[in-house]
Amino acid sequence: MRNAVCTFCGNVCDDIEFDGVTGKNLCPIGEAKFAAKRRIEAPMVRGRRVSYEEAIEKAAEVLVNAKRPLLYGWASTVNEAIRLGVILAEKLGGVYDQCSSVCHAPSTLAMIEEGIPGGTLGQAKNRADVVVFWGCNPVEAHPRHPSRYSVMTKGFLTKGRQHRHVIVVDVRKTATAYLATEFYQIKPGYDYAVFTALRSIINGHEKAVPEEVGGISKKKLKELADILINGKYGVIFYGLGLTHSRGQDRNVENIVKLVQTLNRHTRYILQPMRGHFNVVGAGEVAAWEAGYEYAIDFSRGYSRFLPSEFTAVEVLVRRDCDAALIVASDPAAHFPKEAVKRLAEIPVIQIDPHPNVTTLLADIVIPSALVGIEAEGTVYRMDGIPLRVKKLKDTGYWSDYEILKLMLDKVIQLKGE
Amino acid sequence: MLHIKNGIVIDPKNGIIGEKMDIFIKDGKIVEEVEVNGCKTIDANGKLVVAGGIDLHAHIAGGKINTGRAMRPEEMRHVRQKTGKFRAAVGRTLLTSPAIGYEYAKMGYTTAIEPATPSIYVIHTHEELDSIPIIDKATLPLFGNWHPVLRYSADKDIEKLKSFVAWVLERTKGYGVKLVNPGGVEAWMYGGNVKSIDDTVPGFGVTPREIITSLIAAVEELKLPHSVHIHCNNLGMPGNYETTMETIKLAKGFENERRQVLHVTHVQFNAYTGSSWRDIGSGAEHIAKLINSMDNVTIDMGQPIFGYATTMTADCPWQFELHKIAKAKWCNRDIELETGAGIVPYVYRPKNPVNSVQWAVGLELGLLVDSEKIAVSTDYPNGGPFTSYPYIVTLLMSRKFREEEMKKAHPYMEKATSLSSIDKEKSLEEVITMTRVTPAKVLGMENKGHLGVGADGDVVIYDIDPLNYSSNDWQTILKAFENPLYTIKSGEIVVKDGELVGETWGRTFWVDARADTTTEIIEADLEEYFNYYTVKCCNYGVKEAWLRNPVRITAG
Ligand code: SF4
Ligand SMILES: [Zn+2]
Repeated sequence: MRNAVCTFCGNVCDDIEFDGVTGKNLCPIGEAKFAAKRRIEAPMVRGRRVSYEEAIEKAAEVLVNAKRPLLYGWASTVNEAIRLGVILAEKLGGVYDQCSSVCHAPSTLAMIEEGIPGGTLGQAKNRADVVVFWGCNPVEAHPRHPSRYSVMTKGFLTKGRQHRHVIVVDVRKTATAYLATEFYQIKPGYDYAVFTALRSIINGHEKAVPEEVGGISKKKLKELADILINGKYGVIFYGLGLTHSRGQDRNVENIVKLVQTLNRHTRYILQPMRGHFNVVGAGEVAAWEAGYEYAIDFSRGYSRFLPSEFTAVEVLVRRDCDAALIVASDPAAHFPKEAVKRLAEIPVIQIDPHPNVTTLLADIVIPSALVGIEAEGTVYRMDGIPLRVKKLKDTGYWSDYEILKLMLDKVIQLKGE
Repeated sequence: MLHIKNGIVIDPKNGIIGEKMDIFIKDGKIVEEVEVNGCKTIDANGKLVVAGGIDLHAHIAGGKINTGRAMRPEEMRHVRQKTGKFRAAVGRTLLTSPAIGYEYAKMGYTTAIEPATPSIYVIHTHEELDSIPIIDKATLPLFGNWHPVLRYSADKDIEKLKSFVAWVLERTKGYGVKLVNPGGVEAWMYGGNVKSIDDTVPGFGVTPREIITSLIAAVEELKLPHSVHIHCNNLGMPGNYETTMETIKLAKGFENERRQVLHVTHVQFNAYTGSSWRDIGSGAEHIAKLINSMDNVTIDMGQPIFGYATTMTADCPWQFELHKIAKAKWCNRDIELETGAGIVPYVYRPKNPVNSVQWAVGLELGLLVDSEKIAVSTDYPNGGPFTSYPYIVTLLMSRKFREEEMKKAHPYMEKATSLSSIDKEKSLEEVITMTRVTPAKVLGMENKGHLGVGADGDVVIYDIDPLNYSSNDWQTILKAFENPLYTIKSGEIVVKDGELVGETWGRTFWVDARADTTTEIIEADLEEYFNYYTVKCCNYGVKEAWLRNPVRITAG
């Protein structure tokens, strides 16, 4: 099939030519996703093979009997399944949380403070003459980003690499830095200070800026401010380097303010480099169904949002949940030890195509079809642009949607509503 | 089957004004009298019976409202309904999708149109529309700043433009053609804007005037059910009524016997005199006079409501201005070569002179424009929540209520508008026209907005006797419109005594206008154009099979 959609990273490349086994145009990490990998063979309840129906029925019982189940994951499945997940959390009086809470949640918090002046990837491709990568490394994390959207690509008004000034700012010389026109190495944890310095220079308060900020000389900072302000249309991409270093959401807030300032002189947009192929959908669907993007508690019969209390890690560490449904994610491998300890204590239901560390502590394991290969549905690219991922081959596995649909029906039945 | 007996019917489209009569619904449609044996009967003795309300312009789905929700958790702490038989519903003025459907039904509205979709995001819009229970809906894709449109308009190539419009409507499952600040959003991509309909759009050598008239020509030749729907240039700016008047006059070169050829939306935001915020005043009288003198232009109010709102529009340059004026947080999205979007929270304060003027201008329009030519709207959530429609309707009907409310406003309103000198009180017939008949006609939805045989079985019963009410008793009017005795959607009772009792799923209308066009003449352009897109042409848009309940309307 031509023009299939890759379901690995937030680029969601839609030009994959699938030949039944693998796809042309895939980057190495996309290829790994498409390559045959070990699968969970059959639905299992405490190590015993059962039918889908039985596993789902048992799962529904566990969830209904829990006082406050945690429903976590969602970034690697389709919106149709996510929607059922949010409704399930609501009906169960549980907690809905998704992978954002351990990656780009600080971006949401910054948006709540300041908003995000953003745009689509096509703007980088077609209009940008200045492209900045700040604390992100697309060459390794989003391999086709530079060629499809931001660096080498030929756009409508910006005709190619030679017309783009590419700036990389990072704490070390990353692979992406080698693509740059200019690379600025910054001391870890100094992003906030550097944004403030740049804002000061652009706002005409150059005098307030010391001779060196975050390892960058004032001369270099002025040079950078000049490049930024002389761009006709600039795009700043940022990554976990900002959200996961000292300052977190405050870093993002400050870069938003920098972009607000730049827009008083020229045009700039800001775009976070989101990781999983549908982590954006996991937030958007929850927002229209329940009002918030992540860290949502339904224990009162309606949605409440509190990142300091209702994220998966917090709910687990505080022992505020007594069962968990994990969909397309591996918290046991990535969460802090305290949280994983709680996960091991409570009944865990897992829905996933592949076995992972979480499988080892799951009581009920339900294998699912591979999204974008064996199952279709809608996903949102890092800039929110929706794409329909396709079913490329048949499978005996149920899709996340089918599994969750039956699970929701069972839950409603058991609750007698 | 449903039999509504003894109600006092107001059905202006069919010339029925306060007649005691029975209404029958079968298979979701209004029918002639049926065999009433075994049929469910509602006794509406002495109560007002009307068609379901229609909102022709409310940003109820898609990237803009959803970004608004995500950036404003403070909006979501208002709990409307806990989970149970129905979904939980939250939101103060920005509502969740379930809350939107429920709240419309709870005030007797059964149809709403999402009026501004960036086509590349249209799957998202439809996903949200499909998550809104009960109401029927449709979406209007944005055309006014889209590169092929700018190019075809510059070339005056109406044939290609027609093909493009038909192609887009099919791909997006869109219902009509929306323009927002035509040319201005493209100019914004380099920090500019257009200031009049004769400014040139940078890079295209085309003016807003040419974009608007080209699209009207295309839409009229395609015989779309809905006309061009425009958010004018210069929105929000003092003195902008002149641009609005010039835009309205562009309709003079066109004719259509079934409906208007231009719908100008949320005109309140485009009806100011003055040269600055210090001398802003009302241009409503000028505009009302012009609209009333023409028979091919319609408008909607865009009434601001004192209190919280969230502004969201494709008019990015205006949103940037508002961000600076209100010193509020600001989301922006520049969208490929198509359009843009901006979102800024806002509060309309009665003690603010400008806000008071805005409030009065909306009402002046509502009172002065013929009811056949103006629909009630708040441009939800730009002017405030759609849940304020009962409040707006009551203001239009009761001078006494207006006097009460005017007391809250800043005294500058007295000076800058003529609201207090308007004695007009709209009748029940007139407000039913403004909330049913006119929006249905504007949208070209023949089975909506009335109760004739064959119409949709969307019926509302309000607790007011049309033959015996007083406009001074505004409390009774307001209460009646806020709490329908019954809302019936496609023959199903969904609301009883103001409470939700049933949940149904409505339809999504879209227009197929391909019959008289061919994509052949634009194929080469599309191919070249999609080189610059970041999605493949074949992956662009939405298929009918992905929608919950699509209804294809054939143009012509
Ligand atoms: S860049 Fe991302 S979406 Fe594109 S092929 Fe590689 S992994 Fe897949
Ligand atoms: Zn609007």
